[in-house]
Amino acid sequence: MTTLILAEHDGKTLNEATAKALTAAKALGAPVHILVAGHEVGAIAAAAAKLDGVAKVLSADAESLAHQLAEPFSALLVSLAGNYDAIVAPATSTGKNTLPRVAALLDVMQVSEVSKVIAPDTFERPIYAGNAIETVQASGKLVLTIRISAFTATGEGGNAPIEALAVPADDGRSRWLGAELSASVRPELAGARIVVSGGRALGSAEKFDEVLAPLADKLNAAIGASRAAVDAGYAANDMQVGQTGKVVAPELYIAIGISGAIQHLAGMKDSRIVVAINKDADAPIFQVADFGLVGDLFTLVPALVKALD
Amino acid sequence: MKILVPVKRVVDANVKIRVKPDGSGVDTANVKMSMNPFDENAIEEALRLREAGTATEVVIVTVGSEKSAETLRAGLAMGADRAIHVKTDAPRIEPLAVAKVLKAVIASEAPDLVILGKQAIDDDSNQTGQMLSALLGWPQATFASKIVIGTGSMDVTREIDGGLETLRLMLPAVVTADLRLNEPRYASLPNIMKAKKKPLDETSPETLGVDIAPRLTVLKTTEPAGRTAGIIVASAEELAAKLKQAGVL
Repeated sequence: MTTLILAEHDGKTLNEATAKALTAAKALGAPVHILVAGHEVGAIAAAAAKLDGVAKVLSADAESLAHQLAEPFSALLVSLAGNYDAIVAPATSTGKNTLPRVAALLDVMQVSEVSKVIAPDTFERPIYAGNAIETVQASGKLVLTIRISAFTATGEGGNAPIEALAVPADDGRSRWLGAELSASVRPELAGARIVVSGGRALGSAEKFDEVLAPLADKLNAAIGASRAAVDAGYAANDMQVGQTGKVVAPELYIAIGISGAIQHLAGMKDSRIVVAINKDADAPIFQVADFGLVGDLFTLVPALVKALD
Repeated sequence: MKILVPVKRVVDANVKIRVKPDGSGVDTANVKMSMNPFDENAIEEALRLREAGTATEVVIVTVGSEKSAETLRAGLAMGADRAIHVKTDAPRIEPLAVAKVLKAVIASEAPDLVILGKQAIDDDSNQTGQMLSALLGWPQATFASKIVIGTGSMDVTREIDGGLETLRLMLPAVVTADLRLNEPRYASLPNIMKAKKKPLDETSPETLGVDIAPRLTVLKTTEPAGRTAGIIVASAEELAAKLKQAGVL
């Protein structure tokens, strides 16, 4: 039959995670529809319709969907599920929040963080912080979240029809009060080509910014952080790279003052080139780094910025 | 207010796991096991709510083998009031099955709030809390970094991809704990001794009338493609040259 993807967006623009989930969804071999749910999402639906190989875009536009709460989102997906063999979402905070509810309400097991589609019913997914890869076979209706760092984005070239949907009523037992979103002019961490990450060795929030920003500016990189740096208050929670933070796989990952705990490696070890700068030559991060530089990061990072001129 | 905290026994977070060469799974024999770290955050939050006078009782529950009782004792030693062991020797218990078992436990325990870890660090599924919320029809807040209890409702701050957001949930509700929710306490020796005398009830999925048969078939478990250590460069200049050479700039 057909595959349905829950589009990832921020209320204004379509997120690239959608195009990456589309690549995974197409590997299931069935026609793909994309659901754009939110409030005043016309432009986002239009962007989804342009993605290559999309058969139809469903637009669910209602105030109750504005904040992408899990309850109305899952109710909407369940109301559509009868028409689909597979329901797919990128493993973003919205996808992870919503899809297990859909699976439970449909009485199926979700396959989380699919990193490879082996066959239309067989998938690889990382377990134990990526230290093992499990191959699982599902039967019946599929509910999948997709590890977006494992797939390339599908390009544009389509012109799918857009169909408006009726939205089920929400019981309002969960209400959105507010958000503190990080504003950054840098590329988004999850999809950046280059990531510069800092650890606890930076020593303070001021130093974290002072040392990393010039390098990130020079490379047009996103800035990430280890859990230790986030816990210490040097960086915002949405910058955390690791097993339970964001999983990234950029062309270049520069780990600065990061020792390389298993949980951090889980979030970056699929990067193409890894660079580590650390004063401890025995730090585990050097075991996964293509290029290591041992020494004081406070002199080495500015020197690197200069050398890149 | 009564709080239920489901917990899971997992391979300790500091253990470097070993994949069995025959592809049949991860070797868990003679490996240090601990409570899933996120579940410790969940218990800690429940205990703080009890200590603040907001909650009256903290009940912990687990689904698993005989040995999972150790994890319950660890939770009791942290300060939970009593424990429920849903005992089964099933080798693989999926999140959907756990959510169904928890729903059955909740039918008799009738808690006002369920707090559980946002994901287990062994299978990294990140599903149980969401599934439980959906099956119960209770509101949910996942990835919580702050909880404030009101009258008949609670405000939960969540860690999301773009930053933080705050939701107001009507009670009863399901909340999943993120690591920054709190710093879990260590159990003191007197509390470890006291925990041995706290009530620990046993039941089973069969008694609760829940089918826990797995829905997914695990075909194999393999080692990921490894990375090997590269080279140590002598200077920032050499590093810059290597990066230009590698074509990543």
